Amino acid sequence: MIRYRDVLRSIFSILLCVVSCLVSANGQRNAASAAAFEAMLPVLHHPRCMNCHSAGDFPRQGDDSHPHAMNVRRGPEGRGVTSQKCSTCHQDHNLAGLHMPPGAPDWQMPPRNTPMIWAGLTDNQLCELLKEPKQNGHRNIDQIVEHMTTPKLVLWGWNPGEGRTPVPMSQADFAAKVKEWAVGGAVCPAASSSASHAATQ
Amino acid sequence: MISFSVNKRPVKVDVDPSTPLLWVLRENLELTGTKYGCGMAQCGACTVHINGQAVRSCVAPVSRAAGKEITTIEGLSPDLSHPLQRAWLEIDVPQCGYCQSGQIMSAAVLLNEIPNPTDDDIDQALTGNICRCGTYPRIRRAVHRAAEMMAKGGAR
Amino acid sequence: MIAERQAHDRSVVGALPRRDFLKLSVAASGGLLIGLYLPASKAAAAATFAPNAFVRIGTDDSVTVIVNHSEMGQGVFTALLMILAEELDADWTKVRFEPAPVDPVYNHPVFHMQITGGSTSTWSSFDQFRNAGAAARAMLVTAAAQRWNVDAASCRTEKSIVIHSASNRRLSYGQLAESATKITPPQQVALKDPKDFKLIGTPLKRLDTPEKTNGKGIFGIDVKLPGMLTAVVARPPVFGGKLKSFNADKTKAMPGVRKVVEVPSGVAVIADGFWTAKRGRDALQIEWDEGPMADFDSKAQREQYAAMAKQPGLVARKEGDAGSAISSAAKKIEAVYAVPYLSHAMMEPLNCAVDLRADHCEIWTGTQLQTIDRMNAAAIAGLKPEQVQIHTTLLGGGFGRRANPVSDFVSEAVHVAKAAGAPVRVIWTREDDMHGGYYRPMFYHSLVGGVDADGNPLFWSHHLVGQSIVAGTPFEMIIKDGIDPTSVEGADDVPYAIPNLSVEYHPAKIGVPVLWWRSVGHSHNAFVKESFIDELAALGGKDPFELRRKLLTKSPRNLGVLELAAEKAGWGKPLPARRARGIAVHASFESYTAQVAEVSVDSDGKVRVHRVVCAVDCGRYVNPGIIEAQMQGGVIFGLTAAFYNELTFEKGRIQQSNFHDYPMLRINETPEIEVHIVKNNEKSGGIGEPGVPCAAPAVTNAIFAATGKRIHRLPIRMNEAVGGSKEDLK
Ligand code: FES
Ligand code: FES
Repeated sequence: MIRYRDVLRSIFSILLCVVSCLVSANGQRNAASAAAFEAMLPVLHHPRCMNCHSAGDFPRQGDDSHPHAMNVRRGPEGRGVTSQKCSTCHQDHNLAGLHMPPGAPDWQMPPRNTPMIWAGLTDNQLCELLKEPKQNGHRNIDQIVEHMTTPKLVLWGWNPGEGRTPVPMSQADFAAKVKEWAVGGAVCPAASSSASHAATQ
Repeated sequence: MISFSVNKRPVKVDVDPSTPLLWVLRENLELTGTKYGCGMAQCGACTVHINGQAVRSCVAPVSRAAGKEITTIEGLSPDLSHPLQRAWLEIDVPQCGYCQSGQIMSAAVLLNEIPNPTDDDIDQALTGNICRCGTYPRIRRAVHRAAEMMAKGGAR
Repeated sequence: MIAERQAHDRSVVGALPRRDFLKLSVAASGGLLIGLYLPASKAAAAATFAPNAFVRIGTDDSVTVIVNHSEMGQGVFTALLMILAEELDADWTKVRFEPAPVDPVYNHPVFHMQITGGSTSTWSSFDQFRNAGAAARAMLVTAAAQRWNVDAASCRTEKSIVIHSASNRRLSYGQLAESATKITPPQQVALKDPKDFKLIGTPLKRLDTPEKTNGKGIFGIDVKLPGMLTAVVARPPVFGGKLKSFNADKTKAMPGVRKVVEVPSGVAVIADGFWTAKRGRDALQIEWDEGPMADFDSKAQREQYAAMAKQPGLVARKEGDAGSAISSAAKKIEAVYAVPYLSHAMMEPLNCAVDLRADHCEIWTGTQLQTIDRMNAAAIAGLKPEQVQIHTTLLGGGFGRRANPVSDFVSEAVHVAKAAGAPVRVIWTREDDMHGGYYRPMFYHSLVGGVDADGNPLFWSHHLVGQSIVAGTPFEMIIKDGIDPTSVEGADDVPYAIPNLSVEYHPAKIGVPVLWWRSVGHSHNAFVKESFIDELAALGGKDPFELRRKLLTKSPRNLGVLELAAEKAGWGKPLPARRARGIAVHASFESYTAQVAEVSVDSDGKVRVHRVVCAVDCGRYVNPGIIEAQMQGGVIFGLTAAFYNELTFEKGRIQQSNFHDYPMLRINETPEIEVHIVKNNEKSGGIGEPGVPCAAPAVTNAIFAATGKRIHRLPIRMNEAVGGSKEDLK
């Protein structure tokens, strides 16, 4: 005699199997997207990116991310203030020579009301912040991909000028990871992960 | 040939477009009020305005000036009548004087955008301008004084 | 041999240590008017009245004062005019300045050559300019009296007008200019009673402000001559290096490059303009013989100095017996202080324009040392000194760098001019300037001191090691018994009443060119002396102000400024946590200064100087507005060095190059600086340099008061002191 309870258990386990199989298909997709995001992190956490996505109302500079010399400020638009705008010193291209101001078209940092501060965030928080339309300049995922792969200012990270370390991954690999992340649903790593990048104060 | 205007006067120069604007102003256009101090955007002695914005001309290739309006210290006013110049005279700011064109040109952009600046605004605007003689205390006083003059309807 | 020629020039042989110079200075009074007149051939044309070498009065009432000191920010183009205008009774609004040409009549009255330095310009020329003004006035009065046929004594003068009150007749100086040329210059004139001074002692506005506010002022770098070329020079990367070979193919292919030539200092690229010359210079491929300094290294140098400091040195001061007092001290303390090489970093980098012709040479540059520059230029050009004229432009800062006994930047430019075949100027980039040598020398100081059972200082023993700035130069004769007075100034004259005191100097011979740097020996000795007295105060459990006060009873002017600064700063009044005051007092250049710095140090070690109260006693003074500016500038100069500046060598090469790694204090870091001037009738002292020495020790003593950590090395390294990082200071 098959006991009612066993039947239930079998049905339950079948169901469980079905559910878990479904979940794992989806889970693979999620995991791949989140993993792609994690693969992007060495770039996002690199001083070439972090120095403008840094804590405080000012940019930073150098591989040690020290506060930008000369008391430079973000300004309302992320383009500096009064007589110390970014364009006061930065051109649309790098200048030859060590310690010369680097440059790229539209040199700026995030504007004051959406400062996109990445310093001190966990991987999950960073990922969620990127996707948050109110913070990311109302970009959808495609536009985020666009922002991370095409503007000359972002691409500058791969060609930062004499004496500066470029971001640690080829631009093609990074672009591939960004797309992989987006195609996989722009999934964020689990919230439990601890801050992998603390602000350099 | 690169064409632009300097102190409201149209000019054309035949130079390598990568030449810093500073040297074109100083040598080709004989406007030596704009100074060389570091050549790397560290000191502000070379500050001029391009379309009203402060630019360090030692790092700006002359090509950036094409079609734009450049203002140098010589063009700030014809007769020392700009409120900053009047305040500079009243407070007796300069010592050696070498940095002062840059200081004034930076301060002019500050006052255009913030007519009544706080000390913090002054710090944010003028920290890029080095004065080796140490005229900073008087610069601060003079910027406040110029703001007062402007508020009282001083000529602009 | 240039050096030999200089050594035999009478004017240079006359050079003596500063304190001896002072003894030679003639006491103030009317006196005979010697040394005021140019040879007749050089006097200005008759259209203007040129009663002597220092003043010209035009028929348009203009009063032109010819100034024999270089204007480098210190205000001589105003202060010296005030002195002359005072005795001339000139209308101040008509007074103009003009830099003097090179001529013995313009020699420094004490140094006997044309030089601007040692914070001496105003006081050394005080009598000279008074006499010049008074003599001119007397001649104008005589001219008016003759015209009116009245007794000169019945005329008075006011604002450039001679007035005969009895007949109510007036003639302006301009109206009298022509007839005054016919008056015989007086042999003797009466000077005003200082209580009648109208200009001297007042804060008149500087006369050079307009041209420094509209971009019209001409600095050396602004000089433009017809057909002038510009040169940038490649110099050896290591001091003492020599050119082996070079390849200029790339450079010569650049449009606008005219010539590439070897000069004694390296390889000069001569081009149409600066940018081309610089790019051409940077494109040279050069092989250098790096010479004996190829491995020179700052760390090794420091170790060498430390070893030297342990040996007996040359005795610069000895009172009592510091050696045997060691054993009777209740407590004692040892300390080592070190300061680095420093660049003057004038805002205007070095430059010099030269127009060299077969029979004469004209030079335009901002120099502090015309007489010697002219001699050196003449020797190189193969001309007589009289065939060389130097046009002194405005100086974009000097701080001593433009008074170089070997005239490095002038000599090189003359060499380049010989090769250029056209008027040429040499411009140094900021990097060239910073790598060009003639630094404030590095110094190493080791001290031992002790207090008695009551906590009163009992002995003080100080060894200092460093290069002499005059050894091997024409100024070498100031070295006495091996001791360069400029190395020990401020250390051998410790004013504190300490019974046993010894100061020993160890001259180091190192191939790094060194020179006077604003406040010279005081720039480091004041830091050491004022830090160590603070250490002794702490050792004896005394308040640093009270201890100084007690030990300065026999030094009233030191005491005066000390008490004034303390009072104005509110010494002893409570401050918020982690905030404290430090005090320092120091005499230099015949003036006395004290500073109280109010400093906070946050938990990361970030130091902020909030306020500096400065008291200064420079005796009788001319323009308090200029004094305030000089003291503020001096404090900022001192703070810049204290917080930021250091030149270090690795493999013979200077590691720093521009303001990104040799930073300057900026406006956002500048404290409030209050200046209080003591009013008295003491002999005038200097004002350009005395603001510098106290700035560092006032701040480091305040850091000690705030944190208990003593700063022994400049620049201040808070990571060593309070566990912060160097970045915290930025
Ligand atoms: S010369 Fe341009 S910033 Fe210094
Ligand atoms: S006035 Fe001399 S550098 Fe500013």
